Amino acid sequence: MSRLVGRLDACRAGGRKALVTFITAGDPDLAATVPALHALVRGGADVLELGIPFSDPEAEGPVIQLASERGLAAGTTLRGCLELVAAFRRTDTETPVVLMGYLNSLIAMGYATFAAAAAAAGVDGLIMVNLPPEEAAELEAALAAAGIPLIFLVAPTTTDARARMILEHAAGFVYYVSLKGITGSEIGDHALAAARLRWLRGLTALPVMAGFGIKDGATAVAMAAEADGVVVGSALVATIAAAAAEPASIPGRLEAQVREIRTALDRPPR
Amino acid sequence: MQGANRYDQPVDGHFGQHGGRFVAETLMHALEALTELYETARRDPAFQAEFQRDLAQYVGRPTPLYFAERLTERLGGARVYLKREDLNHTGAHKVNNTVGQALLARRMGKPRIIAETGAGQHGVATATIAARLGLTCRVYMGADDVKRQSLNVYRMKLLGAEVVPVTSGSRTLKDALNEAMRDWVANVDTTHYIIGTVAGPHPYPAMVRDFQSVIGQEARSQCLQQIGRLPDVLVACVGGGSNAIGLFHPFIDDAAVRLVGVEAGGRGLETGQHAAPLNAGRVGVLHGNRTYLMMNDDGQIIETHSISAGLDYPGVGPEHAYLKDIGRAEYDAVTDDEAMTAFRLLNHCEGILPALESSHALAWVARHARALGPDQVVVVNLSGRGDKDIMTVAALDGIEL
Repeated sequence: MSRLVGRLDACRAGGRKALVTFITAGDPDLAATVPALHALVRGGADVLELGIPFSDPEAEGPVIQLASERGLAAGTTLRGCLELVAAFRRTDTETPVVLMGYLNSLIAMGYATFAAAAAAAGVDGLIMVNLPPEEAAELEAALAAAGIPLIFLVAPTTTDARARMILEHAAGFVYYVSLKGITGSEIGDHALAAARLRWLRGLTALPVMAGFGIKDGATAVAMAAEADGVVVGSALVATIAAAAAEPASIPGRLEAQVREIRTALDRPPR
Repeated sequence: MQGANRYDQPVDGHFGQHGGRFVAETLMHALEALTELYETARRDPAFQAEFQRDLAQYVGRPTPLYFAERLTERLGGARVYLKREDLNHTGAHKVNNTVGQALLARRMGKPRIIAETGAGQHGVATATIAARLGLTCRVYMGADDVKRQSLNVYRMKLLGAEVVPVTSGSRTLKDALNEAMRDWVANVDTTHYIIGTVAGPHPYPAMVRDFQSVIGQEARSQCLQQIGRLPDVLVACVGGGSNAIGLFHPFIDDAAVRLVGVEAGGRGLETGQHAAPLNAGRVGVLHGNRTYLMMNDDGQIIETHSISAGLDYPGVGPEHAYLKDIGRAEYDAVTDDEAMTAFRLLNHCEGILPALESSHALAWVARHARALGPDQVVVVNLSGRGDKDIMTVAALDGIEL
């Protein structure tokens, strides 16, 4: 069983809401990332998402755009991201790591080369923001050969027919985008998001993670009620940005922030 | 929009390996709905009649095909004809597309439109049609372009549009496109995004091409009327490539007609400071489509340079990428300096002020007219007028206005 499936199954079996955390690789510099990943795990993250910096992150809000720019300024490449994952794996062989980014990074490296290098580095899954299933066949084949699941997103605008088509391709988990908008926006209508999550979970046996707009314990608990877990991104990236002048403080701040969310998720519902 | 070319409609939005639909899931439904609506509209005689009426009565079409006699004499070779898209309402070919897409927005009942713009011509054309149809309009423009094209910025504001300077990334056209996509993701229920060129996710490349094909349809029948035969060479500048595809497309099945697209060579292809992905780029995915891009070994989009804001874009429409791959069209590049020389030449010998974008096509003709010889008829798409560039040119001449 893969590390990702094993971890998500264990969460579900133990009645634990999975906490997925996102940071951008190389933000604010290459040396900061591995300690930050370990801190996220100490705080209670179950799955780590690591963003591949890209020059044109079309679906990101300003917080993650700037993280991407810092990562690029620090010299982060896709190969560099894989080296960071490999370095993390030397001391943590348990926590799944999912890479997230834009397709052009993989095109430049070549799908087969990427898939083999990612598997060797210890990558457990991949999310491509701008790759719908209709265009994914070639990458799916390369990743399947390396045993890496390609994780797809379902949005508030996804029709029932599209969701069923996406779920035929889905592997690892399903990422539900809680709002119509870019990362770091506010969830306007929680009831609607909850209803959509119930609908989506009725269509698939895969774990469903809710992401976008989840920034603290309260928003995490609200969205987790109807999901198998939640993804927290911009709020953590904002913490890194605020601490960029004192990079030594980043792990401690991230750990505390994740622990607050973890504690809220673990509190028995009143 | 008539004319059955061999590959008139792309297969699932693909032109060979290029094109497609590479966007966030949130936009997929809107693109599917737009494709369906457009497919219905293009077959609907009432929609076509409305589009043609607007082109005739609001835009001022057909635009003339003008024999540039003194330019021809000066260049000493091929006979040069200019397709006068600069004479359209708002001063460029861009309005052909905004008229068509705004009619679609109204059919969809969407009260708000957004657009990206580089030189400001597409922004002005969008703001214009929004004013006419009573739609809310927001235009995204790279902060550096806002500075370079202040005249068009003010013009858009006079038309009632909101102009948003984009400060992320390289602060030019590509970043304006990113920001427009982000807006669209958040407001997709109420908003239609009018992409200004033949790039972006399907159906934009095919749809914008169809709206712009009026250029080539007119040029084709004007050539037959005025010269009694088809031209030998068509020349157009290529940024995203909408004016070029509009001219080329109705001629694609005329195998004897040479199609030449001219990219922005900037300070020279050898310097790396240019905007010529078809000449010096690699295949990748950006802004919703697969095409030739200016990118580095890590897949990062690299900054482009051109004297002309409208050509300062690291990608190109996927149909041009395909026409290059199959060898049906050829793509060359001219430098900033060559474009400037052509800009001055047309002013002096024809009394026509061309846009810096269109000056690239003229510069290619200036370079090749003699070799082509007087038997050859060349049609140049004079895609826009150059009033917007006067500040840029004056600054180069060291004149403060």
